[in-house]
Amino acid sequence: MGDIIGQSVKRVEDKRFTTGKGRFTDDIVLPRMTFACILLSPHAHALIKNIDLSAAKAAPGVVAAFVGKDLQNAGIVGLPVGWQVDFKNGDQMKEPAHPVLAVDKVRYVGDGVAVVIAETKEQARDAADLVDIDYEVLDAVVDVVKATQDGAPQLFDDVPNNKPFDWGLGDAEAADAAIANASHVTTLNIINQRLIPNAIEPRVTIGDYDEARDKYTLYTSSQNPHVIRLLLSAFVLNLPEHKVRVVSPDVGGGFGSKIFHYAEEALVVWCAKQINRPVKWTAERSDSFLTDAHGRDHATKAELAIDGEGNITGLRVTTHANMGAYLSTFAPCVPTYLYGTLLQGLYTTPAVYVDVTAAFSNTTPVDAYRGAGRPEATYVLERLMDTAARELGMDPAEFRLKNFIPPFDGVEQPGYETQVALVYDSGNYHAVLNKVLQMADYENLRKEQEEGRKNGRYIGIGFSTYIEACGIAPSAVVGSLGARAGLFESAGVRVQPTGKVSVFVGSHAHGQGHETTFSQVVADRLGIPIADIDIVHGDTDIVPFGMGTYGSRSLAVGGTAIVKSLDKVVEKATQIAAHLLEAAEEDLEFSDGQWTVKGTDQSVAFADVALTAYVPHNYPEGLEPGLDFTSFYDPVNFTFPFGAHIAVVSVDPDTGQVKLERYFGVDDVGNVVNPMIVDGQLHGGITQGVGQALLEGAIYDDNGQLTTGSYMDYALPRADDVPFFELGREVTPCPHNPLGVKGAGEAGTIGATPAVINAVIDALQPFGVKDIDMPATPQRVWQAIQAAS
Amino acid sequence: MIPSSFDYHRPASVDEALGLLQEHGDDAKLLAGGHSLLPAMKLRLSAPGHLIDIGALGDLNYIKEDGDHLAIGATTTHYQIESSDLVQAKASVLAQAAAVIGDPQVRNVGTIGGSIAHADPAADYPAALLAADATIQLKGPDGERSIDAVDFFIDLYLTSLQADEIITEVRLPAQASGRGGVYLKFPHPASRFAVVGVAAVVSVDGGSCSNVRVAFNGVANAAFRDSAVENALNGQTADAISAAGDLAADSAEILSDNFAGEDYRKHLAKVYAKRALVQAVQAAQ
Repeated sequence: MGDIIGQSVKRVEDKRFTTGKGRFTDDIVLPRMTFACILLSPHAHALIKNIDLSAAKAAPGVVAAFVGKDLQNAGIVGLPVGWQVDFKNGDQMKEPAHPVLAVDKVRYVGDGVAVVIAETKEQARDAADLVDIDYEVLDAVVDVVKATQDGAPQLFDDVPNNKPFDWGLGDAEAADAAIANASHVTTLNIINQRLIPNAIEPRVTIGDYDEARDKYTLYTSSQNPHVIRLLLSAFVLNLPEHKVRVVSPDVGGGFGSKIFHYAEEALVVWCAKQINRPVKWTAERSDSFLTDAHGRDHATKAELAIDGEGNITGLRVTTHANMGAYLSTFAPCVPTYLYGTLLQGLYTTPAVYVDVTAAFSNTTPVDAYRGAGRPEATYVLERLMDTAARELGMDPAEFRLKNFIPPFDGVEQPGYETQVALVYDSGNYHAVLNKVLQMADYENLRKEQEEGRKNGRYIGIGFSTYIEACGIAPSAVVGSLGARAGLFESAGVRVQPTGKVSVFVGSHAHGQGHETTFSQVVADRLGIPIADIDIVHGDTDIVPFGMGTYGSRSLAVGGTAIVKSLDKVVEKATQIAAHLLEAAEEDLEFSDGQWTVKGTDQSVAFADVALTAYVPHNYPEGLEPGLDFTSFYDPVNFTFPFGAHIAVVSVDPDTGQVKLERYFGVDDVGNVVNPMIVDGQLHGGITQGVGQALLEGAIYDDNGQLTTGSYMDYALPRADDVPFFELGREVTPCPHNPLGVKGAGEAGTIGATPAVINAVIDALQPFGVKDIDMPATPQRVWQAIQAAS
Repeated sequence: MIPSSFDYHRPASVDEALGLLQEHGDDAKLLAGGHSLLPAMKLRLSAPGHLIDIGALGDLNYIKEDGDHLAIGATTTHYQIESSDLVQAKASVLAQAAAVIGDPQVRNVGTIGGSIAHADPAADYPAALLAADATIQLKGPDGERSIDAVDFFIDLYLTSLQADEIITEVRLPAQASGRGGVYLKFPHPASRFAVVGVAAVVSVDGGSCSNVRVAFNGVANAAFRDSAVENALNGQTADAISAAGDLAADSAEILSDNFAGEDYRKHLAKVYAKRALVQAVQAAQ
């Protein structure tokens, strides 16, 4: 690798973002554009008896108004699900219709019921107040366990007990036996609370119909424009895919919530055709709280079996996963294939079984949120690890080191086959834990803790050693597991006649710094400056194809597609260079942007070769002009980043207030192209994980009203809630992609949550506290102290 | 976030503003910093037909000494109050309360008159005004009147301000030497409003505490002075703080929500009363 790989090149995106020059969907103004206001159900569960649009339609500036029946009458059934998880007994997953606007019945507060379109957004909002809807309110259920019990309110007539699917993975008999024969079993009942994603840019959609070309355009703040085009055209609106263009310009964060195909995308496109004018819908923050797919929401019982020597002998996990009111695009895979498969963790556990029951409830649909299933798995496992160590009287680090899978590089030593369907690519788990112990000066921390306790200062030290499956994903593998899509990536490299390079990537960026990282990969390979490279993404009419950005896949999968196209560019360019230098290709070497005949001073520059490709006067016989290649890359395996984190907290026992004092992490994300961007991902990820541990949580009341529907009640972490992070790195390259990279987008979130909660419980040992639910709010901590003492 | 439409008025004087209030009655709202009113309007929880903007009235924006009192105009911003040398010296409890309101953006725009007129139970000023023995000057169609802070804050979002009146000034007796004041709050992690806010002002003479004032925000529907705590410390040394603090909020009807239920909030009130009193005694010495 050359000089530019591994450098903290400043983000080329930041100038426009920090000077207000970003171009987001809401910045787009089309001629004759109208504005939509979507009415959301105020009830969690109700029959729609009647909707009267007449007053709204007569209001000033109103162009049109529609209800769910209008779409139904046009033959539109609803939103599709991208992953099928069938019942353990073989019955097919229950997939009730998810209408674009509710028909006859609403199933959560936030379910869309009508749309009013007007000349201005103010007029649309005023007219929406005039829509008269007659509801018959039904009992609601919000709790995932209660939803599956007999007698609970039923969301769909044909989904008994609100169960769309159940699922199991691993060897149940072996896990049962391990637990029966264990010398110690650690048991935890864990709630992984519901989170609300809170991307800084609320979702925005604009539908446009060009009658002259019979062509539809959707502008949408999405992580996933090509997949949205496919779902919108082929599955929802029945439009010819080649007549649909989806544009996702700058997107202000997503954390997963902008992967999915949302009703508002289909709705504005359909409405635009009806009124033959562009239609824009912009979410208010209150809408975002109610309608962006939520994350997590698991209730789990977990048992860890341990023998007399402190070896883990088995794990049994039973989880109820809340789906919300409908199955969102990728919801079924999150609590199953992205969750159960990670329960091996970093440990040699010989018997693992996980059983999952999914349930509908009268809540916002739940789908992937930063980490998606992997944080939930890591939380279960790492809470068990610290708890078991405490119960056994072992040091939590020592307990982990004893049970770690030994190092393997995936080249000399084979990958590690888990009990739950994965083959880890490469890992050195002892290295990250030993390094973080050293960085934290662990022995000294324990001394400080002991001293502090004598003086009424309660410090806690919590561990988390995680692994995650990134670089999603080998298409054939996920296809066999129910995915209805491939998970390859595509990238095109177009060398322009002047030697400047346009790179067309399917990996959409919404804060990850792709324009910088991808440019470094291209600059390194072609020996040209970053200023000569343009990374183009987010327009299905320009970019050949893409499967979107999620699952820490962009560099491992999308980056590899770029490398494949670069290979083709260099191969062809070398043919041209050889012709120009009148030398054999094998006598040339290509470095620093020029081809040199080995052992001579004869050379030709990249730009000259590029020009020759487009002005082919003196040109190899039979070779096509041009220098432009597109490649598709389907990974051979997931990638498996891992790391070891230590959180140090202090607890004020009088108030229950927890302060995160220090945070140490050593992460191994494979090779690193831009250390600053990786650190930034880790900082943001850790902060988000701390948010779940200490601050965040969606709360519904029994009627299904979201009581944390604004920033007055929903607490996001702020800069002063976290300390300076003390991070280190190990590098175990991924053996199966050319960059050797594994992905870093979710690692921090996965690692942080259990480390912080483990630290809180550790701090509370003098009071005898054994467990605490998230978020560990001051009241919860105080109550735990009161209950224990 | 789109409010209902409204007419906007920008009077040039307090009297003109009073005239507009008379004219539009219940359909009018006074606007100063807008940090309580505008969010409510954007959520359509409030939909006044007329906004009377007194935020730019320069003659209501001042901090000055008036004899042995400190006088603060109603449109003075939180930032002006927290950063005023005069307020820090003569009414430290108020400066401290102003300094922990919201964030810098809020403090640069929000006003003391707007905040106390809104009377959010979790706002920071009311307890500080109670502990500082403040009075509030009001002007209405029948002229001016003055009301003690203790009588001003009545209930949840309810004060003794009449619909046709404007708050013009907040007056506080200048803090005597040997007297210390402290405002401490336990902020909600999302809103940063007070889950519990406590203002404590104490005189210390020869080790003995006197003229003790302890008042709470966030604990009940309206800010209140806690005479049980005050009485338990008056005439005692600082050693009595712990026992006095234990009496805090015992007679209050305690607010409860997801973040802090009744028991926990009452407990916090006691913890914070003690902490504030300890610091106030230190400040007095």
